[in-house]
Amino acid sequence: MEKLQKHLLEKVADLHGVPEGAYNIRENGKSVDRKTSANIDIVTKTDVQGIDIIIKPNTKNESVHIPVVLSKSGLKESVYNDFHIGENCDVVIVAGCGIHNSGTDDSEHSGIHRFFLAENAKVKYVEKHYGEGDGNGKRIMNPTTEITMAANSYMEMETTQIKGVDSTVRKSSAKLAEGATLIIKEKLMTHGDQFAHTEFTVDMDGEDCRANVISRAVAKDRSRQTFLSRINGNNRCDGRTECDAIIMDDAFVSAIPEISANSTDASLVHEAAIGKIAGDQLNKLMTLGLSEKEAEEQIVAGFLK
Amino acid sequence: MLELKNVTFEVEVDSVKKRIVDDLSIKIDEGFVAITGPNGGGKSTVAKLISGLYTPTSGQIILDGEDITALSITEKARRGISFAFQQPVRFKGLTVMDLIKLAAGKEIGISEACAYLSEVGLCARDYIHRELNASLSGGELKRIEIAMIIARKTKLSLFDEPEAGIDLWSFSNLINVFENLRSVINGSIVIISHQERILNIADRIIVVADGKVTADGPKDEILPKILCNDQGICKVLTDKL
Repeated sequence: MEKLQKHLLEKVADLHGVPEGAYNIRENGKSVDRKTSANIDIVTKTDVQGIDIIIKPNTKNESVHIPVVLSKSGLKESVYNDFHIGENCDVVIVAGCGIHNSGTDDSEHSGIHRFFLAENAKVKYVEKHYGEGDGNGKRIMNPTTEITMAANSYMEMETTQIKGVDSTVRKSSAKLAEGATLIIKEKLMTHGDQFAHTEFTVDMDGEDCRANVISRAVAKDRSRQTFLSRINGNNRCDGRTECDAIIMDDAFVSAIPEISANSTDASLVHEAAIGKIAGDQLNKLMTLGLSEKEAEEQIVAGFLK
Repeated sequence: MLELKNVTFEVEVDSVKKRIVDDLSIKIDEGFVAITGPNGGGKSTVAKLISGLYTPTSGQIILDGEDITALSITEKARRGISFAFQQPVRFKGLTVMDLIKLAAGKEIGISEACAYLSEVGLCARDYIHRELNASLSGGELKRIEIAMIIARKTKLSLFDEPEAGIDLWSFSNLINVFENLRSVINGSIVIISHQERILNIADRIIVVADGKVTADGPKDEILPKILCNDQGICKVLTDKL
């Protein structure tokens, strides 16, 4: 594997070599390496670009890595990946996309990920988006995530975009059956002239399902962010959404929490706060000997940790 | 040695100038100095002027012969001034360990951080990975604030009303913390306080009222005067009594 690809893999999947467990590595538009396990099968789709990941029931403590790297300027692709997670599974799925664009043409990756969790399945899904390169070509990523959760299933999704993506529209939706639990943690930082739009829609259909959608975002320079979190409580359920944003320089942030109850037993809460870094936080760190810039970096890094 | 020479600090409220600190001069050498006086008398402002949060309208602040009046907070901190806020600051995401490390100014291990926390009566195991957010009580934050000052080991450590917001039960522990502070911190300790028990462990007491020094001397000389109220610490109150 080339050095550049290795570097991108490290950024998006914390991989320093070939991952353990099952994996599929996609590079510049095609799968370049794949490994399946006794319990996890990966099958190439025939109608569209993408793969089916099939995890057998009762698979425990196994992981799947499906990183994507784009280093060819001007490449545009849409990839459809479906995850079928069997009953009683307990697995970790790591996805992510790294784009290195040093050319003049825009590079674009749209990943459409669908998750089907069977009863009692437990998934931790980690997704990172990263861009770099000194060309004029834009780095564009539009991830879509659709989650269908059967009774008593559990999913934790961590989605991070810290650097280098020029434009992103991130749409996630979920349907929860009875007793299902969904936790989404988004960490987002935009700088320069970047644009990020995030949209979460959670349908809480089953009795006693729970959802918590948490977003922490930092907008620097002239970047723009919009965040929309929509939770529909259709049954006795507990739904929360929380958006906390730090705004700096000439950035723009808009947070729109939307909670709707279709049942008297739905308990829904939203919190949203946007503000600059508090002056006393900067002052405190400066009294410890940090410069204003260092103080700002520490506060932002902590906030997005 | 720290010296304030004819320091004045004015603020403008509704286009009327208000003098908070009025031509104040103090010299502070080694040892344990307590600054006391009525609320609104300018004590906290003096601490903020020394640490750089405010800049004097006129006058000079000299540290070891260097004029530091116009230096920034960062530069003053790097010259060896530490300041524990009256109201500790909360940080989302930053942990106790992160802040102790930043205070120490270098990578430190758990055992070193533990040493600083134990000085303020906190068990590192319970606190080191906690975020400095709303989940910590005012008293806990206050102790962590003091631990950060201990970790900095600077020649001048300023504490602004360390007893404020601390319950009575925690307060007696805090007294022990300050009694031990002498042996932990090498250099001058300046504590702004209203508490007799804190004043009692100082070597020297300075009384600041209406932005001026109204009394200054060894503890044994000043403390009895304050306690029998002839310094007019609070005229309104004493009149009522």
